[in-house]
Amino acid sequence: MNLFTAENLAINFGGVKAVDGVNFEIKKGECFTIIGPNGAGKTTIFNLISRIYDVTDGRMTLDGQDITNTPPHEIAGLGIARTFQNIELFEHASVLQNLLVGRHCHTKRSLFGEGLFLPSVRKAELEHREKVEEIIDFLDLQHYRESLIMNLPYGVRKVVELGRALCTEPKLILLDEPSSGLNVEETQDMAFWIDDIKTDLGITVLMVEHDMGLVSEVSDRVLVLNYGRMLAHGTPSEVQNDPEVIKAYLGG
Amino acid sequence: MSIGCIYALVALGFVLIYKATEVVNFAQGELMMLGAFLAYTFISILGWNYWLGAAAAIGCMFVIGSLVDRVLLRPVLGQPQFAIVMVTIGFGYIARSVAGMMPGWGTETYAISTPFSSEGMQILPESMGFLVISQTDLSVIIATILFCGILYTFFTYTKLGVAMQAASQNQLASYYMGIPVKSVFSMIWGISAAVAAAAGILLAPTTLIDTSMGFLGLKAFPAAVLGGFGSIPGAVVGGIIIGIIETLAGFYLPPGFKNVAAYIVLLIVLVVRPQGLFGEKTGKRV
Amino acid sequence: MRFLFKTDYEQDIQLAKHSGYIWSYGALLLAVLIVPFFLEEYYVGQMTQLYIMAIAGVGLMLLAGYTGLISLGHAAFFGIGAYTEAVLTGNGLALPFMDEPIVFSFFLSFPLAGIFAAIAGIAIGIPALRLVGIYLAIATFAFAIIIEEILSRWESVTNGYSGLLVESIYFGDFELTDGTPFYYLCLGVLIAVILFSLNLLRSPTGRAMMAVRDSEISAQSMGVNLAKTKTIAFALSAGITGLAGALFAHKLGFLSPESFTVLQSLELLVLVVVGGLGSMHGAVFGALFVLALPQGLAILKDYLPTQIAEVPGIEPLLFGLILVLIIIFEPLGIYGRWLKVKLYFQMFPLYKKATFKRQKSYMKSERLR
Repeated sequence: MNLFTAENLAINFGGVKAVDGVNFEIKKGECFTIIGPNGAGKTTIFNLISRIYDVTDGRMTLDGQDITNTPPHEIAGLGIARTFQNIELFEHASVLQNLLVGRHCHTKRSLFGEGLFLPSVRKAELEHREKVEEIIDFLDLQHYRESLIMNLPYGVRKVVELGRALCTEPKLILLDEPSSGLNVEETQDMAFWIDDIKTDLGITVLMVEHDMGLVSEVSDRVLVLNYGRMLAHGTPSEVQNDPEVIKAYLGG
Repeated sequence: MSIGCIYALVALGFVLIYKATEVVNFAQGELMMLGAFLAYTFISILGWNYWLGAAAAIGCMFVIGSLVDRVLLRPVLGQPQFAIVMVTIGFGYIARSVAGMMPGWGTETYAISTPFSSEGMQILPESMGFLVISQTDLSVIIATILFCGILYTFFTYTKLGVAMQAASQNQLASYYMGIPVKSVFSMIWGISAAVAAAAGILLAPTTLIDTSMGFLGLKAFPAAVLGGFGSIPGAVVGGIIIGIIETLAGFYLPPGFKNVAAYIVLLIVLVVRPQGLFGEKTGKRV
Repeated sequence: MRFLFKTDYEQDIQLAKHSGYIWSYGALLLAVLIVPFFLEEYYVGQMTQLYIMAIAGVGLMLLAGYTGLISLGHAAFFGIGAYTEAVLTGNGLALPFMDEPIVFSFFLSFPLAGIFAAIAGIAIGIPALRLVGIYLAIATFAFAIIIEEILSRWESVTNGYSGLLVESIYFGDFELTDGTPFYYLCLGVLIAVILFSLNLLRSPTGRAMMAVRDSEISAQSMGVNLAKTKTIAFALSAGITGLAGALFAHKLGFLSPESFTVLQSLELLVLVVVGGLGSMHGAVFGALFVLALPQGLAILKDYLPTQIAEVPGIEPLLFGLILVLIIIFEPLGIYGRWLKVKLYFQMFPLYKKATFKRQKSYMKSERLR
């Protein structure tokens, strides 16, 4: 059963083909990883999926529904959440508030109801809070609940961002280099969490990652990109032994 | 046309600062005002020669501009842009009231006597058509062209100019490459203030000097936006276009439109083509 | 030092975080309620003016402090509110097909003033959606100049520079828009506006606003509709400022376009910055500053030698100087200083200067391509 498919995905930036005819499908419940040298178009694919960029060609579907032209703010509601390579958290807000923003796509909003803080608003807030607490427990963030993001170390921010994505209760979560900037121990934690997200929460994972240790530990299938084109496709060990891939990474 | 050149010069100084330091200087008009007053002091009060006085005023403004950067802006470096904008607004307040309190400057209006006559003169032979322009206006136009030429050469061909461009692209990297970013910024402010002073001196014969002439500097926004924020030739072209539009609006449209024509253009440009005529599209990467 | 032990999720969404809040704000409320009985009429008027500025400050704070959109044109919304109120309660609304203009009662015209300003806010907000940072500020600035020109040229309605008299509101013999009754009216509106904003800020819409302020791109990925959130912020901010304008019209009794210039916009901006961006306290502190400065100077002048006291322009000088100093030394404004002083006494004698020390930072370019 395919959760997500990308057919013939392409985008040009002023003549540069950043992504060129990429096809892949992600099965429900698997961890799918995109790897490739710098500038291969990995993050661009993420930006295409979260609809920050418009595709030049091709189409994408989620659960059989076409999302090629969905407005970017509706993507979260459909069940795709993401993290960012360089962390895009709400710096001047607390961890709790950041996670609550993750609940945004599940909130009903009415300006005057909220201005008067009607009982219904209060009740909804408490429900969302409960969901957020589940994520806090899942990721061991209890200690940081009230801290402002700007005062947190990098490693914790990375986890908070993961938590914020989880708060949207996604079907598919996009992780853009989850281990970048983390030390060995934190990377190991991240690997466990990704595994837990996949097996315990049943969320499908699409990830961009450079750390091959992490990739082979958690991924089911790997797609290799180079210059916006697909180079290889398969299990981590298959891909690592593919002569084309070795050539792309080592040059020659 | 000549008022357009003044806008162009103010916008030029303004874009210079923005391009190099990403500071939007709301006090550009005040710098112009200070420059004009300094020139007035040298020429009319101290009785210096016009050229000497103008040069001295421009020189003084260079120093003042660098000082503004050193004293006011360096402490807020790295803070949100908004904070920096507020600092320049604060400086505008200070500059206006200081100018008002200076002995000899005060709140009245003054004129500078210039060697240019305001009488019309014909610059084209009659067979080629009819174009009359006053010497004052001509002086403004020539000075604008001169300044643009100097600045262009400076940025493209001198080591310091290239260093400034680098500093504007990436502060930290140019710092590591051995460019003294801080003094480069002071230099930029100095140059920009000098350009503003020139604009003020050139404007003086046309409109007279008073402490509120700085508000004219606000017209630099439409000019800069029209030309594409951060584009130096854009600022000049934008300034001239704004000047022409304003004059035309004064002729053909009901009263009141002259004052706002520039801003209506500004809004239209922002909606239709936010990057302006010469600007580059920008966007944040993730 | 007080330690909070939380036992319930409710505790995090209460406005009053602990009993201390109830006591201190209760005392403050009591003080402002009884103060008109002890003060001279002049000072009651000044307090009223303070509340009006604070309402406008709350309006701008929602936009600049919480949504991160800078407006250099809030005097326009202030002016629209003021003129709407003056025209509707004065000459009334005259449309071509009506025999007689409708003169509105205050209770209708007052909300309408807010609504008109909010509509203007949306009008500028929609084109502004595509703009970021400084472009937006410049667009609002241009908008304000155009509005100012309209106010002075549309003479059939606004009476141009000759000015417009504002009718007082009477209920029988009871005048609402003067002295103590007006004081309570403005106080009531201020409290209502603050409560409304605080409620909003602990709800999804307010969080969406803060999300837009800190990172548009990730707000969008979390399902926040940028266009809608910004429009709401603009409309609300303009509407609240319009309400302040309506009250201001009655306070002044006489409107002329000169009260709604770019300088007025800048003053409002200074108000929120000096007060402290991103806090409701900041709006009130800022209003206090903007009003107290000329007052304090006037008092000081009596004690200074004439040579100094007579120099014109000392007020804008101090205004600018304080603005610059605050941004350099106390970016969170008066409210930030207030927090530090409070913490100093709470922690005494353990307060460390480094608690609030900022990291040295380099400018980050917003121009990455």
